[in-house]
Amino acid sequence: MSPTDPLLTATGLRKSFGDTEVLKSIDLRIDAGRVVALVGPSGSGKTTVLRCLNGLETPDGGTVAFRGGPSVEFGGKVSKKEALSLRDRSAMVFQGYNLFPHMTVLENIIEGPVRVQKRPRKDAVADAERLLGRVGLAGKRDDYPFNLSGGQQQRVGIVRALALQPDLLLFDEPTSALDPELVGEVLTVIKELAEEQWTMVIVTHELAFAREVADEVVFMDGGVVVEHGHPDQVLRDPREERTRRFVQRLLHPF
Amino acid sequence: MDWELLRTSFWPMLSGGLTGTIPLSIASFAIGLALALVVALMRISGQPVLSGIARFYVSVIRGTPLLVQLFVIFYGLPSIGLTIDPWPSAIIAFSLNVAGYAAEILRAAILSVPKGQWEAGHTIGMSRALTLRRVILPQAARVSVPPLSNTFISLVKDTSLASLILVTELFREAQQIAAFSQQFMLLYLEAAAIYWVFCLVLSSGQSALEKRLGRYVAH
Ligand SMILES: Nc1ncnc2c1ncn2[C@@H]1O[C@H](COP(=O)(O)OP(=O)(O)OP(=O)(O)O)[C@@H](O)[C@H]1O
Ligand SMILES: [Mg+2]
Repeated sequence: MSPTDPLLTATGLRKSFGDTEVLKSIDLRIDAGRVVALVGPSGSGKTTVLRCLNGLETPDGGTVAFRGGPSVEFGGKVSKKEALSLRDRSAMVFQGYNLFPHMTVLENIIEGPVRVQKRPRKDAVADAERLLGRVGLAGKRDDYPFNLSGGQQQRVGIVRALALQPDLLLFDEPTSALDPELVGEVLTVIKELAEEQWTMVIVTHELAFAREVADEVVFMDGGVVVEHGHPDQVLRDPREERTRRFVQRLLHPF
Repeated sequence: MDWELLRTSFWPMLSGGLTGTIPLSIASFAIGLALALVVALMRISGQPVLSGIARFYVSVIRGTPLLVQLFVIFYGLPSIGLTIDPWPSAIIAFSLNVAGYAAEILRAAILSVPKGQWEAGHTIGMSRALTLRRVILPQAARVSVPPLSNTFISLVKDTSLASLILVTELFREAQQIAAFSQQFMLLYLEAAAIYWVFCLVLSSGQSALEKRLGRYVAH
């Protein structure tokens, strides 16, 4: 593998829940330092894709390969350990934040670095404080999540993912649980991460944001990638009828 | 009222409580809770055999009287050549009993923690076991404190049954003094009063614990 290979290559990902085939052969390639916006109607399988990349879900078939490993081929006999190794390379930011309510902000952030990565606590705390400062939450390190607004909680969620120093950040609709006036503060943080060349996949319904931040837009529908390309092309001048209808609906809901 | 008898009987009874009832309750509860966690985890393991065993265990424990369980262990087992002293018999019977009830409480508490908490644990790289220990159980502990406290308070009262297998505890002291003095009403009411005070203390301990564990949730 050469350094110019994509950071992540997913090929032929398939996943069914019972009789419903949710992913029907998904291909994705994500270059290092790039931001991919994953868009599509509800139920199209966006969350499932992210979960497969993060090893939270085991695909029925296909491969997920990171540059420099791991490279996991699903379908046959996949050891649990192999599938879980995907988590070492990526971290997820959830729609509902999913902070640990019984831990303070600081404890939430250093939990992974200290307990899983076995980094010295002092370093993890210093890192956490630096990252909290960057997202404007330096004063909140000893608060419990229930004392924070949704926007603050999501920024902590982002810092918790960053603290693991992953190669890939996965965002699942990071702002869709937020009150409208809090969306901006979270999007600003994500935009700054993009400027710092973090590699990210962002599932979002904020098309204006996708156009501004993403290097590539992937449009999914019915468990397949319908169209992908430069944001201006996919979102302004879609080739596929399905994409066109989706974009129209989001821009003009009624 | 025989104040003299009340006074002379108080210390033996209280000491029966402090050296019998309380240690018996604490030991049985601690062992029972550990067992309960194992049973609860078997029950939610998703493995048919393990969860079947757990389900069967809970059903038997909850479907049979505690007194019968106690008698099976103390009076029954010797007939198959297994003789156990009163104290260990009582601890075994009460632990197994507590485990049956507490297992269901813990199972419900673990299942009440949102699925997203497991996923958050996993995404920061934690194994199932580590997520359970660091993320899920602390949250399950908070919701299970009230029902587990009730189990504990019931246990404290139920340990009076151990008097029937010759364990020296509060109620056995009361029975012995009563038999000797023939003052049944007085002595049994006195015993009841001491149990009541024990339970009041426990209830206030429960409130303090709930407050402590609840410090991270909105009020
Ligand atoms: N664990 C599961 N068990 C059964 N069905 C599931 C499960 N997870 C997802 N699905 C189904 O798979 C389909 C795709 O779900 P997914 O969450 O990936 O869609 P999505 O594109 O993220 O949708 P949304 O925009 O609503 O979040 C949906 O029909 C959903 O009901
Ligand atoms: Mg989704």
